[in-house]
Amino acid sequence: MIEKLLWFLQQQYAQYALIVGVLIALCSSLLGVTLVLKRFSFIGDGLSHVAFGAMAIAAVLNLTNNMLLILPVTMLCAVLLLRTGQNAKIKGDAAVAMISVASLAFGYMLMNVFPSSSNVSRDVCTTLFGSSSILTLSQDKVWLCAVLSVVVVVLFVFFYNKIFSVTFDEAFARATGTKAGAYNLLLAIIIAVIIVLAMNLVGSLLISALVIFPALSAMRLFRSFKSVTVCSAILSVLCAFLGIIVSILAGTPVGSTIVAVDAAAFGICCLAGLVRRFARR
Amino acid sequence: MLLACKELSLGYDGHEIVHGLNFEIHSGDYLCIVGENGSGKSTLMKTILGLQSPVSGTVVTGDGLRQNEIGYLPQQTLVQRDFPASVWEIVLSGCQNRMGLRPFYGQKEKRLAKEAVEKLGLSPLTKRCYRELSGGQQQRVLLARALCATQKLLLLDEPVAGLDPKVTAEMYDMISNLHRDGVTIIMISHDIDAALRYATHILHVGKTVYYGTRDDYLQSEAGKIFLLQQKGGEAK
Repeated sequence: MIEKLLWFLQQQYAQYALIVGVLIALCSSLLGVTLVLKRFSFIGDGLSHVAFGAMAIAAVLNLTNNMLLILPVTMLCAVLLLRTGQNAKIKGDAAVAMISVASLAFGYMLMNVFPSSSNVSRDVCTTLFGSSSILTLSQDKVWLCAVLSVVVVVLFVFFYNKIFSVTFDEAFARATGTKAGAYNLLLAIIIAVIIVLAMNLVGSLLISALVIFPALSAMRLFRSFKSVTVCSAILSVLCAFLGIIVSILAGTPVGSTIVAVDAAAFGICCLAGLVRRFARR
Repeated sequence: MLLACKELSLGYDGHEIVHGLNFEIHSGDYLCIVGENGSGKSTLMKTILGLQSPVSGTVVTGDGLRQNEIGYLPQQTLVQRDFPASVWEIVLSGCQNRMGLRPFYGQKEKRLAKEAVEKLGLSPLTKRCYRELSGGQQQRVLLARALCATQKLLLLDEPVAGLDPKVTAEMYDMISNLHRDGVTIIMISHDIDAALRYATHILHVGKTVYYGTRDDYLQSEAGKIFLLQQKGGEAK
């Protein structure tokens, strides 16, 4: 088994998959903490459906580089959702659900009316569940992913303290002169980038898991914002790594394997949290 | 003059709830805003903080007070109740308004936060998690954060809501100490007794608007009626 693993690790596609997987897991977990706390757990799901709809449009238009369409559309929706989340007529969760369902339906309809290949349902399945796309990455995509991940991490570290104040108490931050609106906008854009990136890895249906599981697991164990953030990043990277290895060895779909590992990690963290609380008494 | 409201009218979506507010706050004042529920006390506070724009009229600052030098103790939000953050992280985040685009807190901010923590007796709690503290301790943490944002003017939105009598008294003492140290206080309160005990000035918002010193308020028509109502309410 070790031999088999070593052989796989020498294959280029497996290396690419590991690099991209770990990077996406890192980025999504960083923002996961903020999103969960802001009560936007489902934004990942919603935006990934938007990206799915945009992908369908790109396929119909026969765009060679579909990122050019998917990224701006997803960003726009992220900005709309996060900016109007505070005092909109349609409240946050309802708005997310509405946009999500509408674009999913729209995308599926487009793909059926203008089929771009002979097997529509397989295409849909691939984009939704990301069944094998991560194992067929080209070098360009790996580079794109690497560059965007570095940008996301740098932005996050640079604005870490500001993101904290805006997440913890937006009214206070705004009142004392922090430009909360601008940081919300920045968050929205970063989130959109991560979602579009993550679609390559786990497919659009499973993105929420990448965003929320590490954050929730870390919150079971730690009680300061910094330790929760760091722990969720480490957990997410470990789970993604493990998930990809298992999926290569066992031949299971990559996306769902990673999510399964994430869920298992959440279970372990819950237990550990309980044990610790019990031990303290 | 630290802050003045001129011909201020407040409301939501153009619907006016308070009309023609005129008052000035000077350095060292302790102003209590009283009035019935829904009379526009919180709206007034949000307007002073610049979170909401007035229907008409203006809020002006003086004595070199900038808009971002107003400390604020908001009512607790739902998000904060299960937020994983240490006391130290929250107090330090009060320094955000002097950061500009600088990404990380420096020595100066840390010293400021440390002073605020000591002033409010939070030193043993700095490493604790905010959501595991008692209500009174949480309010003290938020007060320390507000102190980091400013040493000049604090706006407190019902700082004792939901606290038991003993902790309420401690909270009022603490605010009173800050006032003695030279911090100007504006406080919304349901507790008319406390307002009359500690405040130097009273602003009554509602159908009748009254602004004046504490002693004048006791003699005024608006004050007498409101006091009578409050006492009556308590007697029931």
